[in-house]
Amino acid sequence: MEGDTVVSEVASTLLGVENLSVTLENGRPIVQDVSFTLAAGETFGLVGESGSGKTTTALALLGFARPGMRIVSGDVEIRGERVALHDEGAARQLRGRLVSHVPQDPATNLNPALRISESIADVYKAHRGSEGADGAVRRALERVHLPVTSDFLRRFPHQLSGGQQQRVLIACALVCEPALLVLDEPTTGLDVVTQAHILQEIEHLHRERDLAMIYVSHDLAVISQIAERVSVMYGGVLVEEGPTREVLTRPRHPYTLGLARSIPTHTVLHRRLHGIPGVAVGGVQTGCPFEPRCEQRVARCGVEAPPLERVGASVVRCFESHRTPPLGVTDQIAIGQRANGAPVLSVEDLLAVHQHQGRTVVAANSVSFTVGVGECVALVGESGSGKTTIARTIAGLHKPAGGRIVLAGEELAASARDRPRALRRRCQIIFQNPFESLNPTRRVIDEVMRPAFTLRGLSSSQGREEAGELLSRVRLPDRLAERYPAELSGGERQRVAIARALIAQPDLLVCDEITSALDVSVQAAVIELLVELREELGLSLLFITHNLGVVASIADRVLILNRGEICEEGVVDDVFVTPRNPYTIELLEAAPSLHIAAQ
Amino acid sequence: MRIFRFARTGRGKAGIIVLGFVLGVALIGPLVAPYDPAALVSAPDLTPSRAFPLGTDALGRDVLSRVLWGGRSVVWLALAATVGAFAIGTAIGLVAGYSRSLVDPVLMRTVDVILSFPPLLFFLIVATSVGTSELTLIVGIAIVLAPGIARIVYSATRETSVRGFVEAAVARGESTSAILRREILPNILDSIIANFGLTVTFSVLLVAAVNFLGLGLQPPAANWALMISENRDAIAINVWATVAPAAMIAALTVGVNLLGDAVSHTLGRSDIGAPAITRVEGT
Repeated sequence: MEGDTVVSEVASTLLGVENLSVTLENGRPIVQDVSFTLAAGETFGLVGESGSGKTTTALALLGFARPGMRIVSGDVEIRGERVALHDEGAARQLRGRLVSHVPQDPATNLNPALRISESIADVYKAHRGSEGADGAVRRALERVHLPVTSDFLRRFPHQLSGGQQQRVLIACALVCEPALLVLDEPTTGLDVVTQAHILQEIEHLHRERDLAMIYVSHDLAVISQIAERVSVMYGGVLVEEGPTREVLTRPRHPYTLGLARSIPTHTVLHRRLHGIPGVAVGGVQTGCPFEPRCEQRVARCGVEAPPLERVGASVVRCFESHRTPPLGVTDQIAIGQRANGAPVLSVEDLLAVHQHQGRTVVAANSVSFTVGVGECVALVGESGSGKTTIARTIAGLHKPAGGRIVLAGEELAASARDRPRALRRRCQIIFQNPFESLNPTRRVIDEVMRPAFTLRGLSSSQGREEAGELLSRVRLPDRLAERYPAELSGGERQRVAIARALIAQPDLLVCDEITSALDVSVQAAVIELLVELREELGLSLLFITHNLGVVASIADRVLILNRGEICEEGVVDDVFVTPRNPYTIELLEAAPSLHIAAQ
Repeated sequence: MRIFRFARTGRGKAGIIVLGFVLGVALIGPLVAPYDPAALVSAPDLTPSRAFPLGTDALGRDVLSRVLWGGRSVVWLALAATVGAFAIGTAIGLVAGYSRSLVDPVLMRTVDVILSFPPLLFFLIVATSVGTSELTLIVGIAIVLAPGIARIVYSATRETSVRGFVEAAVARGESTSAILRREILPNILDSIIANFGLTVTFSVLLVAAVNFLGLGLQPPAANWALMISENRDAIAINVWATVAPAAMIAALTVGVNLLGDAVSHTLGRSDIGAPAITRVEGT
């Protein structure tokens, strides 16, 4: 049995990658010694967080290295043909015909000045000449289920939705009928429902054409839905590879385990997430790249690079993989106190609009909800649902067109400036993008202590002292206090933003998509921190997000926002188990889940 | 201080040397000048000799002494006018860029009107109505140069005022002046400094042009720009009387620009150069 599978695998090998290494021009390694094979018609997932080298690996399969990088060694063979790794002209001969690439962001990867048909035909002409381009464009559009009407062919990218743009990009990749498709985060940045449609499309292509695919993503849950085999990368090294089910249910590498434990899933409620301690370091150093963050490291991990070893059905690059504990059932978060007494925040009949080129766009329409003392309420919606506008209105940054916002029994003025200091102090907002929310010219400690002065009137020395305490409370090492934001990672910056909110001693924290710009393991650590702070300080949270998994983990109650209106609200345990509104049902069905895939 | 990192770059070093030389001549020159710059010491239009290394001018004054004396007023007028222009322009740009009321269009349209006015015509009007003095020269040049700076500061302010850290400051109720001073100004400083060099150049050229036309300082004051104007008729006889002051003006503008480029370059790079992981998810 075992022998048979190996033989048939070798016989139908489509892609073979051996000892692929990519470095920066200065010699710093980005990807080191990556090897794997892919059978015809197989879907292979390549998972990793920022800086893991997954995109670089994927591009190297096309013989391409991004500016500033160089493929230094390795062998890539597709259907018996060697991909030229150093000769751009020769590599071009293979692209389109043997292998093609679907990039991440359709909004920036489609030329806005070209019509859809031109964009797709360009790819065909580049590889096959202009003859037969028309028919090929139509066939490619059909395969991704886009209308093949002349009206649609003449459209420009901005006239399409995000999902349609992504389909056009896939059509570009398919137009020369390659044997292998490399998809680089094709659904990142799309709404969950659209993402589910695109994934179905990819699944469909896979089954219909027996097309081999490499799916690159940071999202293990998405990969688990479509890939048969998965490979996990960390710090430029392939650390674990195996059948998807095996890797998810019984991770053998401590990093894979950490990743699995940090991914929130909406099918398991109130699960405590565990982040991976420390910060990912790009590039390969001596020994195992995960060594500085690993909980089961031994002395030689720091000096010797572990080889790939077969463990069960997977191969793992770890000396101590036999010690990796099973995934197990992780502990539950105690459900916060149910709202009792007067709520901290009550929003009544809120109407918020945007003026856009003379038109009025309604962002929030008769939105009413409350947040109780010590409660965590999640406001869930897709992009454009108005959730950020609601947060900004509560923070006094956007003037509402109607309705009332009552904080701690007092009605709030529309503009933050007109609110009394005590009320401004009670409600603090944390923004989505940690790369934008800290003043780049101010040191961390000064940034954190500022609200202590503005909102509480503390002296500079008192503020500095409290800021220092808060920085250690959000688990930032002391040495970061005197640094500038540019020297911090995304997760660290978001912790600084949390500390800056906490120093005001607020009753309510409004968190606007605060983890969406972070890697999953970092997201888990930030959520972990918020859960702890809630338990310690009795904070109330209004948690705004599009990620249902995060909601399931952290929230007590949930509000589902659709086109500016709340379409369903209730306790998380009810809404997630027995959703009533069709939109909620659609959202829950579309959200990828590790848990379901593992079953 | 990261602002001083420019001194390590090649451009920064060259700028320091060139500008140091010009400023040295302007400041120390009068102390070492062999003759009184206004004294008629010899026959007119002599070519360089041992006694007069750069010859004499049309009136028989020592060119070297006049070059050594003539920098002070050029440097001082140009720098004062530039600083004035930046003070006015930055204030207008910041207030107009941050304000979301009527203040913005009122200020910026005024700026546009001034921008559309030919600078020399403006001086002619000022000089004929108020008369010429150092003060009118400085204020006049500052007013002419301020609109360009206001435009740059305005757009930089607009961009910065929607960033998260400014919104955070608004949400905690910081005063407008605190937001402009603490949050916005430090973050647009690199685009302001990048324009400093260019503005000094314009300012020097304006000082020179105004003096050349006789609207600024009056003879017999020693001034590089004035010297070019006085000696241009005799350029075939003693070329040094024109070339020496012209070269000094050129060196001043080149030096300031090298320095300005170096400073803004190192400031602009500071965000990228930091050893941090600044990638957003999935990139």
